[in-house]
Amino acid sequence: MVTQTRARETPSFSVIDAIVHKHNAERGAVIPILQEVQATYGYIPPIAIDRIAKITGITNGEIYGTATFYNMFRLEPLGENLVKVCHGTACHLAGAERISESIAIEVGARAGETSPDGKFTIEQVACLGCCSSAPALMINEEIHGHLTPESVRKVLKKCKRKDGDGV
Amino acid sequence: MKTLNGTKVVKVGLGSCGIAAGGRRVFDALSAKLKDSEVDLQQTGCIGMCYKEPLVEVSLSEDERFIYGDVTPEMVERIVDEHVVKGQPILEWLVVAEGDSAPLQEKSPMTGQQRIVLRHCGIIDPESIDDYMAADGYQAIEKVLKTMTPDDVINEVKEAGLRGRGGAGFNTGMKWGFARAAKGSPKYIICNADEGDPGAFMDRSVLESDPHSVLEGMLIAAYAIGASEGYIYCRAEYPLAVRRLKLAISQARKRGLLGKSIMGTDFDFDLKIREGAGAFVCGEETALMMSIEGHRGMPRFRPPFPAQSGLWGKPTNINNVETFANVAWIILNGSAAYNKFGSEKSKGTKVFALAGKVARGGLVEVPMGMSIRDIVFDIGGGTSSDLAFKAVQMGGPSGGCVPAGLADTQVDYDSLQAVGAIMGSGGMLVMDESTCMVDLAKFFLNFTQDESCGKCVPCRIGTKRMLEILERITGGEGKEGDIELLENLAASIKRASLCGLGQTAPNPTLTTIKYFREEYEAHIYDKKCPAKKCRALITYEVIQDACTGCMLCEKYCPTGAISGPKKKPHTIDDAKCVRCGLCMNVCKQKAITVY
Repeated sequence: MVTQTRARETPSFSVIDAIVHKHNAERGAVIPILQEVQATYGYIPPIAIDRIAKITGITNGEIYGTATFYNMFRLEPLGENLVKVCHGTACHLAGAERISESIAIEVGARAGETSPDGKFTIEQVACLGCCSSAPALMINEEIHGHLTPESVRKVLKKCKRKDGDGV
Repeated sequence: MKTLNGTKVVKVGLGSCGIAAGGRRVFDALSAKLKDSEVDLQQTGCIGMCYKEPLVEVSLSEDERFIYGDVTPEMVERIVDEHVVKGQPILEWLVVAEGDSAPLQEKSPMTGQQRIVLRHCGIIDPESIDDYMAADGYQAIEKVLKTMTPDDVINEVKEAGLRGRGGAGFNTGMKWGFARAAKGSPKYIICNADEGDPGAFMDRSVLESDPHSVLEGMLIAAYAIGASEGYIYCRAEYPLAVRRLKLAISQARKRGLLGKSIMGTDFDFDLKIREGAGAFVCGEETALMMSIEGHRGMPRFRPPFPAQSGLWGKPTNINNVETFANVAWIILNGSAAYNKFGSEKSKGTKVFALAGKVARGGLVEVPMGMSIRDIVFDIGGGTSSDLAFKAVQMGGPSGGCVPAGLADTQVDYDSLQAVGAIMGSGGMLVMDESTCMVDLAKFFLNFTQDESCGKCVPCRIGTKRMLEILERITGGEGKEGDIELLENLAASIKRASLCGLGQTAPNPTLTTIKYFREEYEAHIYDKKCPAKKCRALITYEVIQDACTGCMLCEKYCPTGAISGPKKKPHTIDDAKCVRCGLCMNVCKQKAITVY
């Protein structure tokens, strides 16, 4: 699972090897392996793709293809907090666009970008499944609902004060 | 889960919606307040009335339940002191009251609902296998293993008339029959929990609130088709569902309900969870299997169907979460008890995620055949604004909108198809007069275009061209012939796309053209957006007589378009205004107008 650990470690072969072997270096495990690599580093470092390819015998190109097909995988490092802004239908009707604008004003990053201070990476997602709380967003793994353009700025300010511990 | 020996029970709904609304803080407050009492404090899943989260239920005896809504930690004191201790419910905070001692209430949001899939949701603790077992859990698989042959099981499910709840609506028993008849081994069972339709959260709620019922349904299906391995393919955007599923699987393994020789028979079955990685197309079964195999999730041509050649080329049966959650109930209560609910060709119940501009949004389960009007008004309480009900969108980006004028349409597979919508997985999005239908069509097409896997040309390029036209129309540059061009493209995309994603992608556009053509025309010819949503076609202005010069809007305006002297009416510089509407939102005097 993509979780809290977003350690800014330098990628190491021993860590990557351990992840690949944990999944028996199986063909079908490419996605879980990539998910675990991302959970460890916050993104998929290019050397991880080379290493997974070498151990599993699957070509680099194929692994790169898989990694770039799915929205979840990132090939660039992540800010301290990951903010997923829901742009599902209910959130769209409830004004998700304004929420995104408000976030851009507050942290200086739009969807797909990381804020200049490195605190937040902003992503736009299709649906968090919390339609009754629309408009909603998820910071790391916590959902915040019934947002307004004003309240979202408060949520982000609070998060910033906690200095990367999540919220 | 039940009130045993007169123990008082207090439950807090801790599904994602409950947690998002602050349910954990309420739980902590209750836990502090009740720590030295005999009262049994429990967590449960989704109670269903998401609009009132956080929800707290108080039951002082087995046959009553009182549910409080919008509970804050500050309200805990009174709920415990007055209701739990003295037995006097606090009427003004109640949402639902059931039982003999319950006070008379206006129409409860539960009226008209029939709970089969959601039978345990909001009642049991989803993290306790004992709770599930106390509520008849794992009795259906016991009945199946000890008294039924695989063919008996298939016949029972076929008889029940259960149709796939993922959207396509194929008869589940027949599908199992194909997989049973197929040659090859091993065979696989897959649960499709890749609920990707924006606006749908039924499967998430079931997985978070009653994960064991899905496992039991999969076990029964596995026995019926002769499978020994299974996968649950769950969206990674649902971390709580994944966590509770993993817990449920480990609990079931410990009790010998998964693994070798289940319940002392020669039936073996075990399963793995695969987390999706964010691709809507993976809800399509062949793409889903590609993804489990570790590839890019791209659909392939059918036949061969998964029943013949599925995962790793072996016979495979795929059903979605809600379908599996029906199975144990059908086995325990019989097909006749099940198919007495519903309409002629659509049996049983359907869970809907009621959301959008509706007063009482949440998770509802109704018998098939109920009218849209009854769901939106009786259960949903009508619109959440003071604006009129305009339409519902059924089936997300693959579905269509049904206008208010057709609100008496029955909700079943065939009636919905007849009006151009689909049942879909169960998202039901209510829209009021403030929704622009052209913008809605653009929103869905933007989604499908973005999620198109790119394998086939009609979907990859066709949806892109349609989106460009819609962007032009909402951008004020629509021209004569655009509507016809959209219809023409839509017809080709529907006919020629490889998989369901492309074949259904034009539906929202087609139905909005069909029922709201005049809105398209207003955009194209009058350069007006009747719902005042499309930015290129609207203008914001300060009503000079109403503005007090409080300068709040000036502070919020992101582009500095508003100015004026203190305590004097302000003005908006149209050239700088980006039409974000923030000023209108924050103005306490309602002094901003849009036209």
